[in-house]
Amino acid sequence: MQQIAFSESHVLHELKHYLPSQTPLKDFIHHNSLHAFQELKFYDAIFKASKIFGYQATLPLTDFRKLYEIGRIDDAILEKIIIEKKGAKNLSIWKENVLQKPYNEHTDQRIGKLRSYWKKAYHLDLDNLVQPLLFRILSSYLDQGIAIWDFPNGNAGFLEALRNLEKDSFSSFFKTKRAKELLFDENQNISNLLQILVGDEAYFEQYLFDQQFSHRGWSGMVATLEAKPDSLLSQKQISLHDLIVFELILEIDALDHHFGLNWQPISKISEEKPIDLFENEPITELQEVLKIAQNAFEWSYYDEILAGIQQLNLSKKKGNVEEINTYDQSFQALFCIDERECSIRTHIESIDAQAETFGCPGFFGVEFYFQAENAKFYDKLCPAPVTPQYLIKEYGVPEKRKHDLFYTDKTHYLITGFLSAITFGFWAGFRLIKNIFQPEMSPAISNAFAHMSPVGKLSIENKDLSDREKNLQIGFTVTEMANRVEGLLNGIGLKNNFAPIIYIVAHGSSSANNPHHGAHDCGACSGRPGSVNSRVFSAMANHAKVREILKERGIIIPSNTQFIGALHDTAADEIEFYDLDILSESNQKLHEKNILTFESALDLNAKERSRRFASINTKAEIKKIRKAIKDRSVSLFEPRPELGHGTNTLCIVGNREITKGIFLDRRAFLNSYNYKTDPEGKYLTGVMAPLGPVCGGINLEYYFSRVDNYKLGAGTKLPHNVVGLFGVANSSDGDLRPGLPWQMIEVHDPLRLMIIVEHYPEIILKSIQSTPQMYEWYINEWIHLISIHPETHELMYFKEGNFVPYYTLAKEIHFYKDVQSLLEQAKEMETNHIVDATQENLPVFLYK
Amino acid sequence: MEQLLQFFIFLPLFAFIISFSFANKQEKIISAIAYTSIGVFLVGIVCFTAIWLFKGMPILHQKHFVFYKEESIEIFLDFYFDKITAVYAVLGGLVTFLVAMFSKYYLHRDVGFKRFFNTLLLFFFGYNITVFAGNFETLFIGWEFLGITSFLLIAFYRDRYLPVKNALKTISLYRFGDICLILALWMSHHIWHQNVTFSQLEDAQLVISHIAENYNSVLFLITMLVLASTIKSAQFPFSSWLPRAMEGPTTSSAVFYGSLSVHLGVFLLLRTHNYWETVLPIKILILIIGALTVIFATLIARVQSTVKTQIAYSSIAQIGLMFIEVAMGWHILALVHLSGNALLRTYQLLVSPSVLGYMIHDQFFNFIPKQANPQNPFVKKLTNTVYMLSIKEWNMDSYLKRFFWNPLKYFGRKFQVFSSNIGLISLVVIYIVGLLFLIFDDHIPKQIDEYIHILFALIGLMLILMAFTEKKEAIRAWSMIIISQFYIVLSIALLNDKYEYNEILLYVVGLVIAAIIGFIILSKIKKSEKQLDLNDFYGHIYQYPRHGYWFLIACLAFVCLPFTPSFIGIDLMFSHIDHDEYLLVGITAISFLILEIAVLRIYARVFLGPSKKQNHPIAYRSS
Repeated sequence: MQQIAFSESHVLHELKHYLPSQTPLKDFIHHNSLHAFQELKFYDAIFKASKIFGYQATLPLTDFRKLYEIGRIDDAILEKIIIEKKGAKNLSIWKENVLQKPYNEHTDQRIGKLRSYWKKAYHLDLDNLVQPLLFRILSSYLDQGIAIWDFPNGNAGFLEALRNLEKDSFSSFFKTKRAKELLFDENQNISNLLQILVGDEAYFEQYLFDQQFSHRGWSGMVATLEAKPDSLLSQKQISLHDLIVFELILEIDALDHHFGLNWQPISKISEEKPIDLFENEPITELQEVLKIAQNAFEWSYYDEILAGIQQLNLSKKKGNVEEINTYDQSFQALFCIDERECSIRTHIESIDAQAETFGCPGFFGVEFYFQAENAKFYDKLCPAPVTPQYLIKEYGVPEKRKHDLFYTDKTHYLITGFLSAITFGFWAGFRLIKNIFQPEMSPAISNAFAHMSPVGKLSIENKDLSDREKNLQIGFTVTEMANRVEGLLNGIGLKNNFAPIIYIVAHGSSSANNPHHGAHDCGACSGRPGSVNSRVFSAMANHAKVREILKERGIIIPSNTQFIGALHDTAADEIEFYDLDILSESNQKLHEKNILTFESALDLNAKERSRRFASINTKAEIKKIRKAIKDRSVSLFEPRPELGHGTNTLCIVGNREITKGIFLDRRAFLNSYNYKTDPEGKYLTGVMAPLGPVCGGINLEYYFSRVDNYKLGAGTKLPHNVVGLFGVANSSDGDLRPGLPWQMIEVHDPLRLMIIVEHYPEIILKSIQSTPQMYEWYINEWIHLISIHPETHELMYFKEGNFVPYYTLAKEIHFYKDVQSLLEQAKEMETNHIVDATQENLPVFLYK
Repeated sequence: MEQLLQFFIFLPLFAFIISFSFANKQEKIISAIAYTSIGVFLVGIVCFTAIWLFKGMPILHQKHFVFYKEESIEIFLDFYFDKITAVYAVLGGLVTFLVAMFSKYYLHRDVGFKRFFNTLLLFFFGYNITVFAGNFETLFIGWEFLGITSFLLIAFYRDRYLPVKNALKTISLYRFGDICLILALWMSHHIWHQNVTFSQLEDAQLVISHIAENYNSVLFLITMLVLASTIKSAQFPFSSWLPRAMEGPTTSSAVFYGSLSVHLGVFLLLRTHNYWETVLPIKILILIIGALTVIFATLIARVQSTVKTQIAYSSIAQIGLMFIEVAMGWHILALVHLSGNALLRTYQLLVSPSVLGYMIHDQFFNFIPKQANPQNPFVKKLTNTVYMLSIKEWNMDSYLKRFFWNPLKYFGRKFQVFSSNIGLISLVVIYIVGLLFLIFDDHIPKQIDEYIHILFALIGLMLILMAFTEKKEAIRAWSMIIISQFYIVLSIALLNDKYEYNEILLYVVGLVIAAIIGFIILSKIKKSEKQLDLNDFYGHIYQYPRHGYWFLIACLAFVCLPFTPSFIGIDLMFSHIDHDEYLLVGITAISFLILEIAVLRIYARVFLGPSKKQNHPIAYRSS
């Protein structure tokens, strides 16, 4: 298996494939933490990754057993799964295996074995000698503006800058002569250095993997910056190759310094043969047990939700629930698919029965770069894989951006530091007191509403194709606008019955003291608030010429219908509407009424969210709750301004009616889609395409950060130290920490995403099979897929390439008279152990 | 009014004891105990200071509690209040109160919630003892608490490698400072022939004549005090521990390393200024330390590319300025400066996570691409050199390692020959011979007596060094430490004619109990784990939290933290070393210095760090 000939480019390619691919924190884009293993089946992938890198791939078996004891893993489901997998006659054996049999859960990873011989044979802690200096140099070179003194020649490539520095200095980063000479050799390559350090070529690949994965955070960052240099504002020419060369030289330097030239390469001192890191291993009995347990855990929830959907639709058929009059909507509101918007939609509908809500990815089908007035850079406002050709520019913003004196680097100079200490040092004391007892918005808090000025103008329409900037077209032409509006309306199935006002509600999130704030913003807008998109889309849909074109294409929007952009702050639970001056007089009145609906819905939304916050009493007066929720988003001391995507598990593609009436507990991504308007699934493919990378990516990042918060997550936030404005580390000498911090995932149940689509199985199959990338998510079981038959409501489960019928086991679903009392019955979680932390995640309720 | 002082000191201790009885999940009660008690303290101290100001700022002084008394020696707690105390007490109360309020939310649901608040209270207790101290003994008690609580908070995330490593590094340096204080104490006993109080130092005439009489001894004493201040305030050349100490939750970094703890070096200088103000060489020494720190820390701060380390170094530079201010006699300026600096750095640390969002946003609008300015080649070479040296922190860390720790390790390894069982048994035999010497004390010529004195002290030191470098067997390291203590006692106490047996008893009782507890715990773990070496950090606290807790208590007892009788014992012991026995005092001081580090090293290696059991998520070593 082990290839003897070492190919540098091959190994570099492999390394980049397996290293974490998180970009600098200013753009936080959720993705599958184990994306490198996605071509394998889910369980094969996670167990293989665990074997190689030592990750925990599932919850520990003891936790599954505790979940069984408290009923979160249903006995009937467990038995059903064992019978399916192992046959009925083996039921008792496997049930005992899952629930009682003691296993040695100790895992033994392959990575790091070879390099451990430095310590074993030479009693030398090479990592301690090399890493602190290496990290310090890397972070100084990549620094985006923390250091006052820039890296000399920082515009040159990494090795080039280092060479210049070493040449032109009386000091050196190295302690020995040989190392310096190795650096100066312009033709230096990895093989040469490995020859010195490792010796035998058969060990080269293993050594490099050991080395780079001993600080996967930094290596991952470098690899990502190599692939996407524009993810830094101050761009740097660095590559994984350069990092490895420099690190190898530092290692040689440390060894030379310690032993003179009297040391042997590691292949001579290692007692083991080179191993193939990626060798497949047969699955163990423990892993079989974990598979069963994980499946049982997942289906205990899925089964209940599916039973709920069935029961709901059955009762709707019987006419127990009155259908809303489809010709008399008070307003319509289009939200992001984001599961955090699922609750506010429910509340709007419960307050105003005539209101109709929709969901679609929150960039609303308009992809572009945005340049705020006076900004020197562009913000990408569409899903990460899309590369827009358009630019929207902001102009006419009257107010100036506010500054905060406490963030000036002048406090770090000697004299100005002295002056600051004896003057606004004392002011800092007052500020702190104020923020603790009366938190409020300040320029240092990332404010979702500040992303775009509400009164600024946007260059939406392009009237002259030569209007370009940096190879981007400024604004959209009328036809381009019409295409986008048409695409979106078709996707969500809104082709007639337009209400007088249609709100396009984007979302963002305000939070204080939170380097991960990008992870709370809209994923479909590359981790930014979607306010510009909502305004741009509304302007397009209001455009008279666009409406004419749409009319030709069969979408007739009445002239009194107006689209209004808005932004919902999911942390503060506040909403802001844009361009209200366009409203007609009659719509103005309607809007005033609708504002009340939104406000009450936000109150209820705050109440629903307060279920998960120990510091807020859910039974308190509703305005008090709302205030407490708002304060969270501006409190410096609050590490959980909101819980982000925690608890996400479901994605529903279909008419709102199929889930309206189930308490989804902010766990479902809701994408509106109407099979009736798209019988052949022409738009379904477009609807399904982003669900894997966006929703699946979010779900799996939460899954892995939850099951192994130490290795795949960022650990607790509390000690985080911002490095170079692009990442966080735990301390001065630590590795970068990609992944999600503990505070974001503690209420999350590590379940895979289940997508439920309302359409005929064969149409769904056709659409997911349209591209191999899309199909991979489903066939490899990274996402579960269910089809609801549009007519019979029969459930079909996608299994190994086919849809097979699914029969639910769950009994009668609990029915609550009103949502309010349901919200109030939540108990405060006692600890953040899985058993306590996620108790509220079941059972599923119906409500009226 | 004096009577009220004790209230301020014991309030946090009282709160600490109450808070101990609650479980980790009773967050509201635990945090309420902390912020209420500190809040009451704050209101109390502000009122107290106001009345005191109104009364014309008299110096208050109270002899509080006598621990031990015999004809020649008296050890007592002594409290004191003047403008320096007032500033530090109000500042300490305010910052700790704000941080406690902040942490109530910030640490919500952290597994170490209770641990954090208890350590914070204990820290605050130590801080108050230090700032209210009326004599060196009292100050030393506070100083010790500060050191140990620092260790606990740096290693707060004890399941990772770096916090544990850096906690050990910091406590080692702190310990060095502690020993300087002990030496100063020892010298002070001898030259004053009593337990001198700070109010006595107010008497300028007395101090001047005293200095004239004992110039060299005083020079030594004050140098030790300056050294202790330099370490505590992370001044040159001991700066590199401070950025590395920022391992705990941001709030603990803010209260310890942003504000209160680091400014205590300045406090010690202010507190003893009467003593050294007339001694020119010391003034120059302080000025030099301050000036060098200002230069190097400013340079290093300029190249820091992480937020917290940048704050750490700019704070160090400001404290360097304060050293200069204090040396120049500008006390009011120093007090204003340190208060402002403490508040500013606390705030900056607490909001340090915001920097990412704020600065990126700022750059979005104000970015200026970097340009290489053409420079004179020599100037360029010079600036490059300074840049590289600053990145390497002017090698402060590596020199400390090379000239301070490596020699200790070197000797420790050389002595490993004795670490075999035969070696240990022979050491026990030698000890029995030593006891025989004691019994036949009268028959031994005085000269031999003195040599044996030193010899036994050396064996004690050797054992501690061996324990410090022992890798294979935790229990053996522990045993060596125990035996070493008996040697030290023998060397100082038994062979010294003036020593009283009850003094020895005081010291030994505490040690023996601690030794037994430690021994039982290590044996238990070894029994179930089969193997218990000190090659690596094993993180057994994951599996044996109770054992870890009690072992820590045993360690702290060994270190003579003031909850064991040994604490008085150690103080007495030092006062029995004669004025001119520099060699003996040197050896004993080094022994105590390494003892604490050796003991905590055993604790850290056995209980802390990433667990070796891979049946649950474990942190990467580099994280």
